Amino acid sequence: METQIILLIFVLVLSIFLGVELITKVPSTLHTPLMSGANAISGITLVGAILSSGSSEIVTIILGTAAVFFASINVIGGYLVTNRMLGMFKKK
Amino acid sequence: MDTAILVNLFYIASSILFIVGLKMLGSPDTARRGNFLSSSGMLLAVLITLLDQNIIDYKYIAGALFAGSIVGYFAATKVKMTSMPEMVAIFNGFGGIASLLVGSAEYVSGTFDNPAFLGAIFLTVLIGGLTFSGSIIAYGKLSEVISGKPYLYKGQQFVNGILLIAIFLVGINMLFFQGFISPEELLILLIVLAFILGILFVIPIGGADMPVVIALLNSFSGLAACAAGFVILNNVLIVAGALVGASGLILTNIMCKAMNRSLANVLFSGFGAAPDATSDSTQEQGEVKPISAEDAYLILEAASSVLIVPGYGMAVAQAQHAVRELGELLEDNGAEVKYAIHPVAGRMPGHMNVLLAEANVSYDVLVEPDDVNPVMETVDVCIVIGANDVVNPDAKDNEGSPIYGMPIIEVDNAKTVFVSKRSMASGFAGIQNPLFFKPNTRMLFGDAKETVSTLVSEFKG
Repeated sequence: METQIILLIFVLVLSIFLGVELITKVPSTLHTPLMSGANAISGITLVGAILSSGSSEIVTIILGTAAVFFASINVIGGYLVTNRMLGMFKKK
Repeated sequence: MDTAILVNLFYIASSILFIVGLKMLGSPDTARRGNFLSSSGMLLAVLITLLDQNIIDYKYIAGALFAGSIVGYFAATKVKMTSMPEMVAIFNGFGGIASLLVGSAEYVSGTFDNPAFLGAIFLTVLIGGLTFSGSIIAYGKLSEVISGKPYLYKGQQFVNGILLIAIFLVGINMLFFQGFISPEELLILLIVLAFILGILFVIPIGGADMPVVIALLNSFSGLAACAAGFVILNNVLIVAGALVGASGLILTNIMCKAMNRSLANVLFSGFGAAPDATSDSTQEQGEVKPISAEDAYLILEAASSVLIVPGYGMAVAQAQHAVRELGELLEDNGAEVKYAIHPVAGRMPGHMNVLLAEANVSYDVLVEPDDVNPVMETVDVCIVIGANDVVNPDAKDNEGSPIYGMPIIEVDNAKTVFVSKRSMASGFAGIQNPLFFKPNTRMLFGDAKETVSTLVSEFKG
């Protein structure tokens, strides 16, 4: 358990540094699609929601199912609207 | 091979897709493919999770996925580009509440003897909850359901202090002492406190500062997912959450720099709450020189380099299509046309660029203040449409001004400046703009769309 947590903290720290490196390179023109795209990625909590929703306890199922609903709005809406916006960026 | 290992290998694959997807968002040419890769990563993570053997019943998952997808689809396809900030705000909130619910579900079904697990739940519920209620308030302010005015009250710091102490005590109780009150009551108490914290956090912040708030809440929604990753010990949640958290923080920082204010100042000062004493309305400002669209046309026709500076007022007047048409006519007339966009123009980072892209303005003519300020002297005509504070020379010249030190687009250095404005009312910051009184400035009074359309018809004339 402890070693696993330490490993996950390691993953967390590296991911933050990677995120900073990646995002600083995004030009200001694309900041709105970046935000909505990042928003969709934060819907990854859907993975946890699915596991809760599939549980056997009634309270966990209710909470998990509500979580699946909200997270899937976030994921589907976020990716689609980002795609819609990026489709507008054209060069002559 | 063990299924757990296989599942984790797929999670690594989907993490890679997120990372490469974000990297490809770094250029407009590859951004759309990047978004597609990122969404494939999500699909992969969801599909592999559905194979989990501990899932007993699929019907609730399927129903909620379907309902959520329908709502998401309609929201994404129907939203107007001007309403993008509201949509991102509410989506941040949904991400937050989803993480809160995941944390709560784990709490009610989990064991209460592991402080690391309980600590992760505490953080997930706290961050998720404040992201949710804060985003709802931000949504309300942006859509003008509630007033965009900063709301400050006496004893605010005191109330916030009490709230933070209460949350801290709940946290200690949750982690180390069970049985003081029931776990369920403790959880509900934490959720309520987190909601109150989110509301009190966003309520005092003015409408003009909402871009910073949305960027920050964006970051929080990622951090909530990240904390949820520690609850269920899942690496893909941690990687994806951390990427979003970093992204939001960087955007927050960019917005603060563009306003020359610290994050603490944005969050706690209630900028624009009271009319500022230093705004020297009594000072002799000189004469405002109006110009008719017909006369403006004659000057524009002779210009060989034109810079358009759009602000949110342009979008409010729905003038972006007319502006693009004017830009094309100027180019046909042999002028070089660029659009200078200040980072805080619009109501969220990059908002103005999206509005111009929607009006078919090519993205390679959109430039930033740093690109255009050094060559401003060579610009024949600068057209300011619906922008105010971001072109206010007081930011450079007047140390007493509340916006002193804020990086601006130095349009006053151009040979001629046209300012399209409805009236002489001041901007978001509520301060006077000496640009309007400069000898090289001409005011185009009236509705931005009408003014630009008149210019367009003069060109076609």
